[in-house]
Amino acid sequence: MVTEKARIMDEEAMRRAITRIAHEILEKNKGVEGLVLVGIRRRGVPLAERLARQIEAIEGRRIPVGSLDITLYRDDLTLRSDHPVVHRTDVPFSVQGKKVVLVDDVLYTGRTVRAALDAIMDLGRPALIQLAVLVDRGHRELPIRADYVGKNVPTSRREIIHVKLKEIDGEDAVVIEEVA
Amino acid sequence: MKLKSRHILALEEMPREDMELILDTAQSMKEIIYRPIKKVPTLRGKTVVTLFYEPSTRTRTSFELAAKYMSADTVSIATATSSVQKGETLKDTARTLQVMGSDCVIMRHPVSGSCHFLARVLDVPVINGGDGMHEHPTQGLLDMFTMREKKGRLEGLRVAIIGDIYHSRVARSNIWGLKKMGASVVVSGPPTLLPPEIERMGVEATTRVEEAVRDADVVMVLRLQLERQQRGLFPSAREYSRLWGITRERLDLAKPDALLMHPGPMNRGIEISSEVADSPQSTIEEQVTNGVAVRMAILYLLLGGGEEK
Repeated sequence: MVTEKARIMDEEAMRRAITRIAHEILEKNKGVEGLVLVGIRRRGVPLAERLARQIEAIEGRRIPVGSLDITLYRDDLTLRSDHPVVHRTDVPFSVQGKKVVLVDDVLYTGRTVRAALDAIMDLGRPALIQLAVLVDRGHRELPIRADYVGKNVPTSRREIIHVKLKEIDGEDAVVIEEVA
Repeated sequence: MKLKSRHILALEEMPREDMELILDTAQSMKEIIYRPIKKVPTLRGKTVVTLFYEPSTRTRTSFELAAKYMSADTVSIATATSSVQKGETLKDTARTLQVMGSDCVIMRHPVSGSCHFLARVLDVPVINGGDGMHEHPTQGLLDMFTMREKKGRLEGLRVAIIGDIYHSRVARSNIWGLKKMGASVVVSGPPTLLPPEIERMGVEATTRVEEAVRDADVVMVLRLQLERQQRGLFPSAREYSRLWGITRERLDLAKPDALLMHPGPMNRGIEISSEVADSPQSTIEEQVTNGVAVRMAILYLLLGGGEEK
């Protein structure tokens, strides 16, 4: 049974974090030239869209946004007896020579990001890849780190961090749940 | 998400949920074929064997490429150059391949039911690439994928299948699949090439092609197997063409946005005119592309997971 333990970000906190991350991306990359966002399905995609809108509000330019499905690149497929559902990868532009910012909701073991790096490399050779996440919950199992973090939340392995987004879950919130 | 079926043998037996899962998964797989690097690592280390006792261009290559795009290793046995020529039985041939580490066997064989037999004697998943006159399930699935992609749905579509229904495993698989997904089917061909009591499969049957194609959403044309003429089943290819050949005039009897489909290979000018085969309504080439996507989805769903716990 899963119970909600705490609400660590509300709608306002999420909005501010996304605004700050958008500014940080522009600062670190010195503007929008060659910049593209790629959201990792599922919840990375609406987050990438929100970042793109923020960036457009700040710089006046709309940058390309793609969505990446990493199911086929997972390292745990042979350990599961059921198959994760495969969604579409939709990156309708070349990543060759671009500055790609991967966007996901939660960074945990780092295996999803490792799969996303492989997936992006199969689409072309970016100039660089950066990572933006709303929540970093620790417990990395691979040497992967985020360039932009909304909030650092230390957790125990029994806990689940659930990022709820209006586009998918009907509300904006980041909650910690525990498996009883 | 998991397939209920362990093998892909026949659409007559396949649950509707499995068909939908395969079609939905194929939708996501299709874009891989258009990438500059057509490779995903999902089936790395898996071995897929195609065992074809009958000639094939599309089906065999399609399966091979689907497996390769998913990083699996493939072996293709064309029985004309194998020990089948020395009299080796089907069971021995297949088990030999299994004990070499094959994870999946795809077979095309002239005897109806042969793939069911193989599924009983092997421990690995078996995919039917066409068994006799019985079924060609992956063709049925790719045809349904094509229709669903173009029309947005299968439910309520009127599909006309024209040609040698009697000998056609493609027709049978399509009929089973389409009926299960809520489409209606009408078949037409010479009386010698329509199975008696075909209506018992839940389809309309008529020997008049104009009646069949009228107001159809999809016109599917089957290849006239010219060797059947030797057995007196039709007097001449010219007469067949005159009475059942799908031309511009006949296709115009269908709905204006009707799809023109053909499993290939075509006898241009006989069952289908070049004019319609090369027209914007024709989905013939796209069916081939969709075939790779559907087969990638099937291989992923059969092989891409772990063992049953």
